[in-house]
Amino acid sequence: MKYEACIGLETHVMQKTQTKMFCGCKHEYGAKPNTNVCPVCLGYPGALPVMNARAIELCCKAGLLLGCGINPRSKWDRKNYFYPDMAKNYQITQADEPLCLGGQLTTEVAGETKTFTIERIHQEENAAKNTHISGASLVDYNRAGTALMEIVSNPCMHSSSDALAYMTALKQIMEYGGISDCDLEKGHMRSDVNVSVRPVGQKELGAKVEIKNMNSFGFIVEAIEYEIDRQIGVIENGGTIDQETRGYDTDRGETFSQRTKEDAHDYRYFPEPDLLPVEISAEQIEQWRSELPELPAQRRARYVSELGLPEYDAGVLTAEKAVSEFFDETCQKTKQYKLVSNYLMGKVASLVTEKEISIADSELTAETLAQVAELVAGGTISSSAANELIEVLFTEGGDPKAIVEEKGMAQVSDDSALEIWADEAIAGNPKAVEAYKAGNAASINALMGCVMKASRGKANPPAVIALLKKKLGA
Amino acid sequence: MLNTKTIAELSAMLAAGECTSVDIVSDVLAAINARDGKIGAYLTLDRDDALAQAKAADAARATGTTGALLGIPVAIKDLLNVKGQPCTCGSKILEGYSAPYDATAVAKLRETGAVLLGRVNMDEFAMGSSTENSGLGKTVNPWDAERVPGGSSGGSAACVAADEAVAALGSDTGGSIRQPAAFCGCVGLKPTYGRVSRYGLTAFASSLDQIGPLAKTVKDAALLLGVVSGHDPADSTSIDVPVPDYAAALTDDLKGMKLGLPKEYFVEGMDPEVEAAVRAAVKKCEELGAEIVDVSLPNAKYAIAVYYIIATAEASANLARFDGIRYGLREDGADPIELYGKTRAAGFGPEVKRRIILGTYVLSSGYYDAYYLRAQKVRTLIRNDFIEAFKQCDAILAPVTPTPAYKIGEKTGDPLKMYLDDILTTPVNLAGNCALSVPCGFSSDGLPIGLQIIGDSFKEANILKVGHAYEQATDWHKQKPAF
Ligand SMILES: [Zn+2]
Repeated sequence: MKYEACIGLETHVMQKTQTKMFCGCKHEYGAKPNTNVCPVCLGYPGALPVMNARAIELCCKAGLLLGCGINPRSKWDRKNYFYPDMAKNYQITQADEPLCLGGQLTTEVAGETKTFTIERIHQEENAAKNTHISGASLVDYNRAGTALMEIVSNPCMHSSSDALAYMTALKQIMEYGGISDCDLEKGHMRSDVNVSVRPVGQKELGAKVEIKNMNSFGFIVEAIEYEIDRQIGVIENGGTIDQETRGYDTDRGETFSQRTKEDAHDYRYFPEPDLLPVEISAEQIEQWRSELPELPAQRRARYVSELGLPEYDAGVLTAEKAVSEFFDETCQKTKQYKLVSNYLMGKVASLVTEKEISIADSELTAETLAQVAELVAGGTISSSAANELIEVLFTEGGDPKAIVEEKGMAQVSDDSALEIWADEAIAGNPKAVEAYKAGNAASINALMGCVMKASRGKANPPAVIALLKKKLGA
Repeated sequence: MLNTKTIAELSAMLAAGECTSVDIVSDVLAAINARDGKIGAYLTLDRDDALAQAKAADAARATGTTGALLGIPVAIKDLLNVKGQPCTCGSKILEGYSAPYDATAVAKLRETGAVLLGRVNMDEFAMGSSTENSGLGKTVNPWDAERVPGGSSGGSAACVAADEAVAALGSDTGGSIRQPAAFCGCVGLKPTYGRVSRYGLTAFASSLDQIGPLAKTVKDAALLLGVVSGHDPADSTSIDVPVPDYAAALTDDLKGMKLGLPKEYFVEGMDPEVEAAVRAAVKKCEELGAEIVDVSLPNAKYAIAVYYIIATAEASANLARFDGIRYGLREDGADPIELYGKTRAAGFGPEVKRRIILGTYVLSSGYYDAYYLRAQKVRTLIRNDFIEAFKQCDAILAPVTPTPAYKIGEKTGDPLKMYLDDILTTPVNLAGNCALSVPCGFSSDGLPIGLQIIGDSFKEANILKVGHAYEQATDWHKQKPAF
């Protein structure tokens, strides 16, 4: 029998807000533990939540970017559970009336365009961070109460590559939309993955297994693949799949049972009496819609149609929001779009990998990169000198023209200097000269190489070719 | 003895330079020293701090600062956070907790220069009607030491009645201000939900809780209400409605006012002396010019059932934060779950545990629709009853309690019997409107009886007006317990 997997993702995205969801505490990564806290986020007696309007805006904008409908009236609920990561021992979330409903995400999976549907997006508050040390547990409430939204897809994906494409596109949209920095290392984006299998042709979904709290795309892919194989194996051996929660052991590459349906929590949801329902007018929604930023797909199209870049370049440049923004900024200062694209995809990208420094954290600026492109286009420096110059600007920064001067990177086009190197090359390579004269046009490259070597790369190649041709009487 | 005077009287004396805040606080402290050993209203009291605040108020007055509450000592129910003071909520689980911030109502008192006196006793987490559920102390009724002061704001009512404070703040979730006020013979006001910020009021049932004044006269209650009322951005459920000058609007007659009398409020089993006193009060209001009309609140009879579902459901979540992790009592365990279990088993008293279990039950999967959801629907019906009734009248007159104060221990063995005593007060909390309790007589045993004056939402001015006119025409409020 053939089986089909059905995969759904519940993705938690930490929003880019200045303050927490229900109090005025700063939302900041890496602060000293328990310094961004107050009676509200510490669950002190008598403290009350107040909604962060910016978080609501970001959640709705995320919904608009994903084609969701915005609920004109949504409400808050309490989700009750005891654990030291939740100071009040209940989480304020949205159970049955979320901010955003419906929606879809269209992306490419192995060259095929697919649309994945989204059930809902709701707003909630984040938990504190627990660290378990020998004999004790430490709780850092800095993260407690930060704004967190949950994007719930339908179980509409059928393979790990579907899930990977969905997550990648989702991450890109969240970054582009300014909703979240989506830094996976900082836990800005975590997913619970639901996996079930069913015989091909069957309509009802199989029993759902949930793999909780994964932040690495790679591990999610592995876990899905393992889980699909495991479930099919169980069924083929005559067994049945039970609804349960499983964890993923990254060392062994296996999922393992954590909690069965019988001991599932009863969260005892009920409406949050401390907060009023959220009411959003049609005018507000239109206002937010008009403020939505350009998405990767729109941006790719613009690069091709307006800047004349190849599709390939447009795809690479828009993969990361920071890169494409740097590109856009640079293109404000130079019209050498293709050159800028080449450097960003080539030298700059390799420096980012090699030095492990992002463009933003490097010394390179849109202004200096634009100048590099202008220097190349104007013939002042060669392409190889440009790479050298970019490395200096990336690591040390500075004024490109001054560096060119200081390091003697300018191309030599001056005939008198070139003439000496050309004469030396002709004198030192009689065989190449002979071959050229006999009709082997490519032989001129050997002479050209000698000139470039003698000039230590500074000779202007078109000028050298012209001079050699003249001297060889062609 | 300045401690026997009202806010209005003391304010005038302070303004005229006839006494100082230090004089007032000293007399109050002397009364506390003399009789609180017997009454048991106070849980904690920092005498030096109170005198220091009084000195500061006197100094402010010397530089020209004025205000109705400047230099007036106010006792605080132990579930309101006052920065730097304990806030045990009458519970062992909060022993050792020191509040890191002021509740908004407290901050407003502080701003006007009131002296934040000590912290007064209550039923643990405001769960109870007799203050017998306090985990930390026993408070008795100043009129009869063998009887309960009522609850949950029993300490607030007892300290005002015993002249151990000039006025006090309490909180009312199902009658917790009005009922002890009636039992102790003082004035108690439950404001409209949203009138006073709940920020800093340790929550029992968030959709029902309101902070309100307990005072010696209606005018004092009006003065105190005026100070603590108003919109607060820190409480999303506080409502942005202007705060009138309640005290200035008081008059001595009731001409042109229509007062409703709900037949459902004269319940079976009501003490005949209570009924007689309330009916006499109705007659008095008529004499003062009011027109009495019959109104009906047919769903009020469901209020107790609805109340004990909604209040306990909210409480089960509100009290989850008392877990021994960040503050208060901690009983260590092998893992967090064991720590929670041991801490909560040791820290909470039996009534609190009973209500947490009830609330957890009604919210449980499979029971939610039958209990919580249905209760919310009936709550709407109760609210609609009041809306209809207020189309016919400006305020409603009713008893506060079916009986005067009962004996200590009389009902502790039967929680359900105790719950039923809230039958006349809970409908107002469920509907969200306001109500006042004023003294309207004494039983043959010499126990105070209260008249309940119920008003429409944000119509505190109406019920204060009725209460004040009635009070001026009677002298029940002038009677003092003997010590
Ligand atoms: Zn905070």
